[in-house]
Amino acid sequence: MNGIGDSPPRPDGFAKVSGAARYVDDVTLPGMWHGATVRSPYPHARVRSVRFDPAAAPEGTVCVTAADLPGPNGVQLLDDGWPILADGHVLHVAEPVALVAAPTRLAARQALAAVQVEYEPLTPVLTLEEAASLPPLYELRLESGDVDAALAGAEHVIEGTWSTGHQEHIYIECQGMIATFEDGALTVLGSMQCPYYVHRALVHAFGLPEDKVRVRASVVGGGFGGKEDFPSAIAIHAALLARACGRPVKMVYDRHEDIVGTSKRHPAVIRHRTGVSADGRLLALDAEILMDGGAYKTLSPVVLSRALLHAFGPYRWPSVRLQGKVLRTHTAPNSAFRGFGAPQVQFAVERQMDLVGRALGLDPFEIRARNVVEPGDRLPTGQVLDETTSARLCLEEAERRTGFRARWRELEASREREGTKRGIGLSLYFHGAGFTGNGERKMKSPVTARLREDGRIEVLTAMTDMGQGCAAVFPQIARAAGGLGEDDVIFAEPDTGDVPDSGPTVASRTTMIVGSLIARTVAELRDQIAGEGLSVSEGWIVGPAGRVEPFRDAARRHFETAGPVEITHRHEPPEWQTFDESTYQGAAYPTYAWGADVVEVEVDPDTLAARPIAATAVCEVGRAIHPTLCKGQIEGGTLQALGWALLEEVKLQDGRYLNDRLATYIIPTVKDSPQIDVHLLERAWEGGPFGAKGVGALPMDGGAPAVAQAVENATGIPVAEIPATPEKLLRALS
Amino acid sequence: MKIPLSVNGRTSEIEGHPMERLLDVLREGLGLTGTKEGCGEGECGACTVLIDGEPTLSCLVPLFQCEGRRIETVEGIAAGPARDFLERFVATGGVQCGACTPGIVVTAWALLQRNPAPSREEAREALAGNLCRCTGYEGILRAICRETDQ
Repeated sequence: MNGIGDSPPRPDGFAKVSGAARYVDDVTLPGMWHGATVRSPYPHARVRSVRFDPAAAPEGTVCVTAADLPGPNGVQLLDDGWPILADGHVLHVAEPVALVAAPTRLAARQALAAVQVEYEPLTPVLTLEEAASLPPLYELRLESGDVDAALAGAEHVIEGTWSTGHQEHIYIECQGMIATFEDGALTVLGSMQCPYYVHRALVHAFGLPEDKVRVRASVVGGGFGGKEDFPSAIAIHAALLARACGRPVKMVYDRHEDIVGTSKRHPAVIRHRTGVSADGRLLALDAEILMDGGAYKTLSPVVLSRALLHAFGPYRWPSVRLQGKVLRTHTAPNSAFRGFGAPQVQFAVERQMDLVGRALGLDPFEIRARNVVEPGDRLPTGQVLDETTSARLCLEEAERRTGFRARWRELEASREREGTKRGIGLSLYFHGAGFTGNGERKMKSPVTARLREDGRIEVLTAMTDMGQGCAAVFPQIARAAGGLGEDDVIFAEPDTGDVPDSGPTVASRTTMIVGSLIARTVAELRDQIAGEGLSVSEGWIVGPAGRVEPFRDAARRHFETAGPVEITHRHEPPEWQTFDESTYQGAAYPTYAWGADVVEVEVDPDTLAARPIAATAVCEVGRAIHPTLCKGQIEGGTLQALGWALLEEVKLQDGRYLNDRLATYIIPTVKDSPQIDVHLLERAWEGGPFGAKGVGALPMDGGAPAVAQAVENATGIPVAEIPATPEKLLRALS
Repeated sequence: MKIPLSVNGRTSEIEGHPMERLLDVLREGLGLTGTKEGCGEGECGACTVLIDGEPTLSCLVPLFQCEGRRIETVEGIAAGPARDFLERFVATGGVQCGACTPGIVVTAWALLQRNPAPSREEAREALAGNLCRCTGYEGILRAICRETDQ
């Protein structure tokens, strides 16, 4: 027994349930002040002047504007085109224009009124339709096969347009940072997914040497992608204020500010033209993907890239033409959100499959079963799918567990007799695990295992546990790889002063990529310690005659002679995994995780409010290292997808948020949530640690198309747009 | 103004403005940072504490209303007989990021005092005012309703 597949209590669990865990807002440093942000009330305006009147502010208040920046006015991300503070123009409502710090949170808020900004409002671009005539922020194409010929020869050509809305992350812990400047060195503590992103951004903004900037992640109260890029900006803001007032400065957003001021999921409009044979085989996919990037590029190019690479769904397509654009509007930048572009395009392709099925008289299961990818098939990128390709398995298992087909037909028939009430929907989806394309190859992320004087192995990574559970999964991997006992291995806190840059905690890469490196480094260090001819099992050195001594004893002796030995390995993708970014051909991901969802809804015949009452998710994610946490990802991701599909709507008027609070931006409560049954189909994938693939983003892909189909099944109203709110359904009806 | 406040079985004189939020008094005045602020307007439930045994949103309660009342926070509950429940909560996957968790633990503990074996429907009703963004509520319901995982 190596513990893989067990579900031990997560090491941070008891601290969290007992209130002892320290999130950034729970930390108070001696002499600490509080920061606040002056934000634009206009979606687009020229900034004529920014004036701070110290007499109108609490005593001692400091103010920072773009004129006070010590270096370039850009948050270093893919590039540095995203301003730290607006200079000359504001391009979205709530864009930061100036910063203030004062001794208390209340004083900092009061100080905001002492900053007078003179604006000259300009005409904003607020819709994708308007933005389409302007240069895009980014565009991409993917083409394979002869789409025009295939469409010309197809028995049926079916067109559909599918739209998805913004989604706000609503991590329960809002964004927050504490910065301290002392003796020319900058230290930042905060809530983040990517300590080294924050580190790079601070080095760039302040022109400091790398070793003068230290970034530590506190306990992170949820991320979902929302703490991938904004923490870099907020850390710079807090650091600017700390530099100005000579004290530690805390900036913690309140919920309103977090909603209006930070990124969201890209809204998208996706147009499909599908060529199909008479017997329901897919022949051609011609699709245009438009995403609303908001005012700045941030991570949009990478989001669009992932969107293109998932737009064809888990299906066989002899020919594909995809054109994707991220358009610029005067709204807050849209950026990383669990799934990273894939949920939008898979909503579209799944809805399109339903439309094709309907046109050909095939039920949702059948149209998928006729076209699903199998091991050995080629994706439109030319990538040959590996033997763990499990789309059909997921589809069939979902059918077996739920009796979807019979229920769907029964409800289709009863709708015509009795009117609206119940409906059931099915979706099939996949998700590429790890960074897209050559991302992992470029990053070459390192992980270090180090021998300590007490004979324990310390593993150093930059990964943060934002709730997903790497704090539990990593030790399981390390112990299993090393044959180590419970206390033989410890993990360093994510602190750039100690740990190497093992990359950001994003893209479902943590267990799969970083976990593999942990297994390698620990196993190699273990071999060095155990010596020739001996192995290690359950914390004991084992020889031909059985247990020799505790591993820790041997490790302590090894330390005495060899010192603090360190082993570092960097991720090198296998040679076959190459991707051509100019043609979009090649292996975009090392492998894929697969899933099928079935969701049943009840729709109120008077209000058209849809409520999911049961959800089943069948997922293949390689081997589950910690099944309880693995299922927890799928349970939570599925509900987040159902919220996006039915409830969550960001309402904007003239570029301003109408529902900028939790009273009006509605995420699912427990009463809006169905029972979610998760079934893992475990198939070990040789590239991952003990067979694991990435799982975090996958469950975001399936819920929305399944529930849209269920609403259609219940009501007969075509659902082309989510969230499928009663208002939108009523509009579609008339 | 000085107000005597009973928190987790201990009474202390709190110097504060009568309209100060109980949430701030607990977190900043008493250093009890287990109680979290998620929205500051009574929508998310992260700041739930017990006042005379009833789950109450501490972001909506001014200090002056707390005089003579018995306040229990997650720290107090965790130091008492809740240990088995808390361990079960971790084991079933009830906690991920943990930011909503103190409020949910407090709410659930109050439910379990009234009803040691609640049904899923009863648990849903009790938790209707607590938002969780991570778990889909499944792990939380398993812990409260004593359903084994898997």
